[in-house]
Amino acid sequence: MAGVISQRRVDQRRLITPEGIDLQVQLADIGARIGAYVIDQIIINVGLIAAFFIIIFGGLSAGPEVAITIFILINFFVRNFYYMFFEMGPKAATPGKRMSKIRVASRTQARLTANAVFARNAMREIEINLPLSFLFMSGDSVDGWISLLGLLWSGIFLFFPLFNKDRLRAGDLIAGTWVVRAPKPILAKDLASEKVDLDSAYVFTPEQVEAYGVHELHVLENVIRANEQQTVMDVAERIRNKINWSKGMSEVDLDFLKAYYAALRGRLETRLLFGVRRKDKFDKT
Amino acid sequence: MVGQMTLKSHRFRTEREQSWRELETILKAIEGRGMKSLSDNQIVALPRLYRSTLSSLSVARATSLDQGVIVYLESLSARAYYILYGSQVSLGKRISTFFLRDWPLAAKALWKETAISAALTLLAAVLAFILVKNNPDWFYTFMPDNMADGRTPAASAEVLRETLYHEGGSDGLGIFASFLFSHNSKVAMFAFALGFAFCIPTAILLLYNGFILGSFIAIFSEKSLGFEVGGWLIIHGATEIFAIILAGAAGMHIGKAVAFPGELTRTESASKAGGTASLLMAGVVIMLFFAGLLEGFGRQLVTNDLLRYGIGLGTLSIWLLYFYGPRRVEDKL
Repeated sequence: MAGVISQRRVDQRRLITPEGIDLQVQLADIGARIGAYVIDQIIINVGLIAAFFIIIFGGLSAGPEVAITIFILINFFVRNFYYMFFEMGPKAATPGKRMSKIRVASRTQARLTANAVFARNAMREIEINLPLSFLFMSGDSVDGWISLLGLLWSGIFLFFPLFNKDRLRAGDLIAGTWVVRAPKPILAKDLASEKVDLDSAYVFTPEQVEAYGVHELHVLENVIRANEQQTVMDVAERIRNKINWSKGMSEVDLDFLKAYYAALRGRLETRLLFGVRRKDKFDKT
Repeated sequence: MVGQMTLKSHRFRTEREQSWRELETILKAIEGRGMKSLSDNQIVALPRLYRSTLSSLSVARATSLDQGVIVYLESLSARAYYILYGSQVSLGKRISTFFLRDWPLAAKALWKETAISAALTLLAAVLAFILVKNNPDWFYTFMPDNMADGRTPAASAEVLRETLYHEGGSDGLGIFASFLFSHNSKVAMFAFALGFAFCIPTAILLLYNGFILGSFIAIFSEKSLGFEVGGWLIIHGATEIFAIILAGAAGMHIGKAVAFPGELTRTESASKAGGTASLLMAGVVIMLFFAGLLEGFGRQLVTNDLLRYGIGLGTLSIWLLYFYGPRRVEDKL
């Protein structure tokens, strides 16, 4: 769980709205972006293959030359405008990106303009197709060396997102955009709301709820939400030892944790209202 | 005793939850079916709900320790933010502004780079022309074998003349099709892409392209076919070589911004330059497309030299007028 929290911190970037609030966007991870790219490519290529067969069988009367030329035109337009069309929409994401729950966003406070979408996708050609064209270049002696050097050079573009902290493609760099996570907001149940029927059984003294800080509270929240039997048992045991709580006859570990969570949160939030944020259990404020 | 009453943060959540849900419904409608699907009431409510959600987020951050609420509000506000401050131009509108405004203005803004890149091409062409004229062996240094296609200094005037007026049997569409993957569109792409490395590869590429051009003209003029080869080249070359020069200019513009960022950071500078350069580059792709059409059809159908010159110079002046012709003052990129 601690891993999840620290990963959030690594990916977190400031996004200050004009209203002056930091929305703390999360950068999309490389895996999600590769996934999105693969899905989009599958969609494009399946679509193009379908179009190819329709044209070949539908256009034979006009002669194969015409059919092939039309196909090349379609190919050109689909490859160039697929990304632009979807990224200019309200979701600013291609179907692949939607499935990976990521989207394109402006790096600055300025809105994401159609220009920026255009720019970031114009570079796509260079980033991905350039290395490929070097790779498949016919190589006799001198040209072989040139294409190897070219491959290395264009590889810089391809692996660009791996070498900068904001995971920008060269296109993102130029367009002033980046790709961020866009999870569907799901409001998780408030754990503190469940404690009402438990109140009578669990009453903690002020010393007992002084034992931990905000960090521990959040870890506890994650433990309760995950609800894995072994972890719940261990954590409940640790807390009981720490606060000198004697386990009752019919006491359920999870109920104990929920009740303690509610009490701890109440205590910490009250102090928060007075301007004291106790970071963790070592924080003596 | 601690923990007897309902938590304040929980009360806060129950009180506000309704309006969060409302915002969520509206966002879902916009993302699914667009702004037009909203009722008047919803449109009026949207900014209000957005601001109240933002304020909920600040309050929650300051007073609540419920991670669920904070994470939810962050992603809800971000979603609303992206819609309210997102791209609001349709693709059609975008395309029309591109042709009416952005493309010519981008070309105009980069006139210095364009001049340099044209000068490089010209310099190399003249140099190669003189070298090949004096010693035809130079031709083999400049010209890749697969491009020469029999058009070498050793070929007779008859063979050379033949190549100017016949394209070896394939028809216009076929040439156009193969054009999309041809040498020149690749050169243009590379000239742009390689500009990143402080302009140097772009400059080399432009010189190289100029060498090919110069030595090509030289072998024809050697057999006193200079005027004819001019017509053969200019009918599509006016567009195509111009496109390559512009691509080089776009590449150099980025390269210059990376090398000399001035007050900005290198990243900021690159992204600022990239906006204009990529607009121009999109235009270059369109020009290459036209050049393909001219090469495939125009050169096949028009074999009269004067007419070829006429079409070539005509397109050139159209491009020049389109890019650098006078415009109303308020049009600034």
